[in-house]
Amino acid sequence: MSTATTPAPARPEAEQSGIVVRGVHRRFGDFVALEDIDLVVRPGGLTALLGPSGGGKSTLLRIIAGLDYPDSGSVEIGGRDATFLPPQRRSVGFVFQHYAAFKHLTTARNVAFGLEIRKRPKDEIRDRVAELLELVHLEQFADRLPSQLSGGQRQRMALARALAVQPEVLLLDEPFGALDAKVRKELRDWLRRLHDEVHVTTLFVTHDQEEALEVADEIVVINGGRIEQVGSPSELYDHPANPFVMSFLGPVTTLGGVLVRPHDVEVLTDERAGAVRAEVTRLQRVGYEVRAETRTADGETPWVQLTRAQVTELGLAEGGTVWLRPLVETPFPATALPPDPDGSDGPGGPREPEGAGAAGDGCTDRVPA
Amino acid sequence: MADVLTRPTDPTGPTGPTGASGSGTTTRPAVDPRVRRARRRTTRTAWVLRVVAVGYVLALVALPVASVVQHTFADGLAPVWDVLTSEDFLAALRLTTVVAGIAVVLNTVFGVGTGYLLVRYRFWGRRFLSAVIDLPISISPIVVGVALILVYGTYGWFGGALEDAGLRVIFALPGMVLATVLVSLPLVLREVVPTLEEAGIEQEQAAQSLGANAWQRFWRVTLPTIKWALAYGVALSLARSLGEFGAVRVVSGSVAGESQTLTLYVNDSYQEFGPDAQRQAFAAAFVLMAVAVVLIVVIAALRPKEEKA
Repeated sequence: MSTATTPAPARPEAEQSGIVVRGVHRRFGDFVALEDIDLVVRPGGLTALLGPSGGGKSTLLRIIAGLDYPDSGSVEIGGRDATFLPPQRRSVGFVFQHYAAFKHLTTARNVAFGLEIRKRPKDEIRDRVAELLELVHLEQFADRLPSQLSGGQRQRMALARALAVQPEVLLLDEPFGALDAKVRKELRDWLRRLHDEVHVTTLFVTHDQEEALEVADEIVVINGGRIEQVGSPSELYDHPANPFVMSFLGPVTTLGGVLVRPHDVEVLTDERAGAVRAEVTRLQRVGYEVRAETRTADGETPWVQLTRAQVTELGLAEGGTVWLRPLVETPFPATALPPDPDGSDGPGGPREPEGAGAAGDGCTDRVPA
Repeated sequence: MADVLTRPTDPTGPTGPTGASGSGTTTRPAVDPRVRRARRRTTRTAWVLRVVAVGYVLALVALPVASVVQHTFADGLAPVWDVLTSEDFLAALRLTTVVAGIAVVLNTVFGVGTGYLLVRYRFWGRRFLSAVIDLPISISPIVVGVALILVYGTYGWFGGALEDAGLRVIFALPGMVLATVLVSLPLVLREVVPTLEEAGIEQEQAAQSLGANAWQRFWRVTLPTIKWALAYGVALSLARSLGEFGAVRVVSGSVAGESQTLTLYVNDSYQEFGPDAQRQAFAAAFVLMAVAVVLIVVIAALRPKEEKA
């Protein structure tokens, strides 16, 4: 199972090639980017640092990489104190959002860079580069310049380059952020498979909850410079520690004064115990799903995620009456939801035509401008 | 509508006659002649501008250049050869090469170093430093020369002290190098800075995380990134250094065979009377011009590479 925050579990290998961050603070002028961060990244895992932009996740990654230094606190990599080591002596591989490919070198020379710096023998470099290019499926592009590669290919090259020096940890900063949606999805699957092959301790930053849920073994949710929760994807999704985590990891709506996931709401056509009566105000078809927006007598506007088959089966129509019942208990009252610029599902919120539509909240990518 | 589909590259689209759509399905669709005309329209304004530009350049550049060539070779090759093998000319050529060479090396080192400093670091006085570097090239070279004398001359601020220590600056090689360095100070820097800015810092950070130390990062990442801009800046700098006259004139003393650069040689010969002196002036001017042309060709060849990089 996945590990948690400090204190570190008494596991010997946690000291071998994991990352231990203790009490890290970092401020930029008046802005507090990181506040008292304690984190243990278990060795061999694939961990996501998830959070909204400006939440401090990239700063934390850069501090681990040595591209920035904490105001206070310490960083340990593989059991060694690395707080004040320069990046070149940390044994970390770093992958940038915008690839940072060496534009004047071919794919093969890019991958060979770290090995050439380490003055490895020529044939060893050649063999290792060939092996890595095969791993990232770029064998036939060995002699191309980065400008002749697509974004996805460049990022795979950057990954091979980082892996070439056999780093103890691999750090990826929004690795798929600059790619278009389809390539991003392909690379996610590929990264997952690659990690299953290579097993290097990997920490990647993302603001995309879907990416984190899909790829990571363990997710660290960071917001406002603090760690909100650490756990496996299903732990976080099913048992969020607070309303922020709940709303950031997936869609939420309010029903009967509590936060619920819109797919965890039962839609009934007759009155039953615990169900709230509501009027269907809008049925919005989004791809494979249908979003039913409703309004209750006390002014709440919960919405429910359904399939087309369910809508047909229930005979739902705009203007009809239904009874809604949460399928899962959630401990968070609706008022606890932090104010969200994307729109409000809070009680008594003004109902707009596009609907609690902001309801899409959580369904949509939270991609910052 | 079919019209638009068969001619996807035609931005004017539906303005073409609909009759074209029938025949355009199998072969390449015919483009309306009106469209073709509109696309490569050369207006009367463009013609006038073209003539003015070409005429202006001819009058200012081509005619003077041609006349120098004509005067140089008016009496054939032999007299030119005599000048080019004369002791004074060779001494001037040597001196120019030494002065320009040292100046370009200094400016290259300074330009790359300071460019890196200005782009990669934010410090107090950064913009001031950047502006001051442009100063020497924007004030008159004569003023630069006079200012150097005021500082390094025998009666200048610390010229006397330097002379006591055995280093003569003004009316000697160091002064000429200084003057040349100053008048071409920012040329390398200004070429390197935009390229460094555009390249960003991430490649260097990537190299660092791959284990490269500062020197390896510079040699393997930064330098290859800026190489064409650097070459361009060096070529510009060299052209400017070879051609420098005013500042060097003030600080050199211009003694033939001793402290006379090629430009001074041209000037001093030209002001003497007699056909021999004139011939010397033209021959040396021709050499300077030929070098400049070669440099311009080099620069022109480098520019597209710089843009591509």
